[in-house]
Amino acid sequence: MSSFTIASIPREELLAPGHRMCQGCGAAIVMRHLLKALGKDVIIAHATGCVEVTTSLYPETAWRVPWIHVAFENAAAVASGIEAAVKAMKRKGLLSKEKRVKAVAIGGDGGTYDIGLQALSGMLERGHDVLYVLYDNEAYMNTGIQRSGGTPLYAWTTTTPVGKLWRGEWRRKKDIIGIVRAHGVSYAAAVNFAYITDFYAKVKKAAEIEGPAFIHAYSPCVPGWRHEPHLTVKIAKLAVQTGTWVNYEIERGTFRVTTPVPKRLPVEEYLRLQGRFAHLTKEEVDTVQRMVDEDVEYINRLAGTVVIGPVERKS
Amino acid sequence: MVEKLAEFVANGELDAEFIHVESEHSALSAVVGASAAGARVFTATSSQGLLLMYEIMHIASSIRLPVVMSIATRAISAPINIWCDHSDFMAASDSGWIMLMGMNAQEAHDLVIAAYRIAEDPRVLLPVAVGYDGFWISHTVEPVYVLEKEEALRYAPKRVTWRALDPEKPVTMGPLASPEWYFEFRVQLQKAIEGSRGAISEALREFGQHFGREYREVDGFYTDDADVVLVAMGSVTGTAIPFAEEARKAGLRVGVVNVRLFRPFPEEEVFKHLENAKVVAVVDRAINPGSPFVGPLYSDVAVTAFKRGLDIPVLNYVTGLGGRAVLRSHLEAMVKHAYGFVGKRMRDVETHYGFVGVRE
Repeated sequence: MSSFTIASIPREELLAPGHRMCQGCGAAIVMRHLLKALGKDVIIAHATGCVEVTTSLYPETAWRVPWIHVAFENAAAVASGIEAAVKAMKRKGLLSKEKRVKAVAIGGDGGTYDIGLQALSGMLERGHDVLYVLYDNEAYMNTGIQRSGGTPLYAWTTTTPVGKLWRGEWRRKKDIIGIVRAHGVSYAAAVNFAYITDFYAKVKKAAEIEGPAFIHAYSPCVPGWRHEPHLTVKIAKLAVQTGTWVNYEIERGTFRVTTPVPKRLPVEEYLRLQGRFAHLTKEEVDTVQRMVDEDVEYINRLAGTVVIGPVERKS
Repeated sequence: MVEKLAEFVANGELDAEFIHVESEHSALSAVVGASAAGARVFTATSSQGLLLMYEIMHIASSIRLPVVMSIATRAISAPINIWCDHSDFMAASDSGWIMLMGMNAQEAHDLVIAAYRIAEDPRVLLPVAVGYDGFWISHTVEPVYVLEKEEALRYAPKRVTWRALDPEKPVTMGPLASPEWYFEFRVQLQKAIEGSRGAISEALREFGQHFGREYREVDGFYTDDADVVLVAMGSVTGTAIPFAEEARKAGLRVGVVNVRLFRPFPEEEVFKHLENAKVVAVVDRAINPGSPFVGPLYSDVAVTAFKRGLDIPVLNYVTGLGGRAVLRSHLEAMVKHAYGFVGKRMRDVETHYGFVGVRE
């Protein structure tokens, strides 16, 4: 989608090694590349969550950029304050007018879909020059794998266990970008690090835009999704190849799929690598497939053409 | 309060960013973010709004950010009630903030200016809340001297005395602290608020030097020879002082103590006004349900007396909840009741508290 190549990825690491994220953690990959894409001139407001606790254990820190954690539900409000302060101090000559310091809020799915939704809405509505990054591992992984508004259908979590009556989560994942889009923001995009140049191009674009922007980052979780640590990137790739996750962007109202998938793989290939879906029957897998088919149809409708193709079964 | 500030900003009289937050939780969160980035900040709230902020109040003090906030003190739900008492203010009194209480509109204004001097003092670096009685002060009309911007800035010049979030010198704020470190953070907060007394006194004294209105942590009226000393906070002291003058004419030797600084609690200054009394009567506008000290101000005053071995009855009168007016007749009833305990000791008192101005 742009001239950004693997070779353009900066070498400097702004997320220091030694943090306590799990082996194979998707969020660790998201954060590492997010910071590389953003560069040093940022101030980060971080919601409570996995990444927050694993990167800031006092007296150490993994953050080589200014960073603040206040609480779970308010990253967008804290970032609003940071942005307003930078603006006022620039106007009063207390900060250099030339240098752009971007306020960035980071939250997990719990801190975004659920408890932080109000603060996010306020920030978007007020038009702050803040980039909000949602790393979505599809449950409250930090506190022990409890379901969130981002948990997908049938996923086992500790609060949607598989029992005699329950079959894991029974509701569909909330359309978070739809909610963000309703605020009329200039830029919102879904990113997946298995498509790393697309990831960089979108983060850079989102950071450069004046005003609120939103990045929804796919973020597998080894203990929560019950997958092997070495499969993180493979699962991320399968999410796109099966149409479960679609890389797209909405730029000033224009919808565009950035990773077209002419021929989809069956969703089963994505599900079977994850222990959280191990209990699914054939019928339930078919239900998930139908749900993905519907979502793909919706995406194609928005795109105005078939960018995500039909499932091609291996014979 | 914020409506007036909005007018100032709208007219270009105040050069500030005005954030129209969607909740009090976000209001305090946004000022915490702005303060962390190095800006001078302000917010205001009341009642349920303060309770919604409660989570972030503790975080603001523990990150040591010089946030200043006004609280028009009001009752808390249920039943919902928009009128005055001190339930909200008292609910926040364990959050590590320095807390002042104005007794009239002029103090509600002046103490906010003093609050910046205190909060931003490098020896302090703590948030400061300025309380003033909801409706009795916040919604009544009184003439107020409003400080000129230049005067206020001469007294409280803007200096970033704290480590701010800056890409040139990255710092991490609000980390995770394990059992190996958390305790030290909390002790540091306790030491900071304990150690803020000198800076508070200095800021209040210099306010007087700059503007001719000097405030003390505690005021005492007629306490040298009083039999009964009334201890109160907020607008009720404005009723109590003329009441004491009147009562004295009728032969009741009444003294009045106005507690202006509630956190850190100025024990010595309060005690100074109690030591000659025969009975202490503490007027509370809030209750701690189920506590052995029913009134929150009472608990601090009683402990202050107990720690210094003052063995006289210290009584608690809870009044004026949910906007009920506290009249001179109520104060008179308290004083007359308290007079019945003259010459007694604390252990002789069977019931330490009572409600005044409530239906039987």
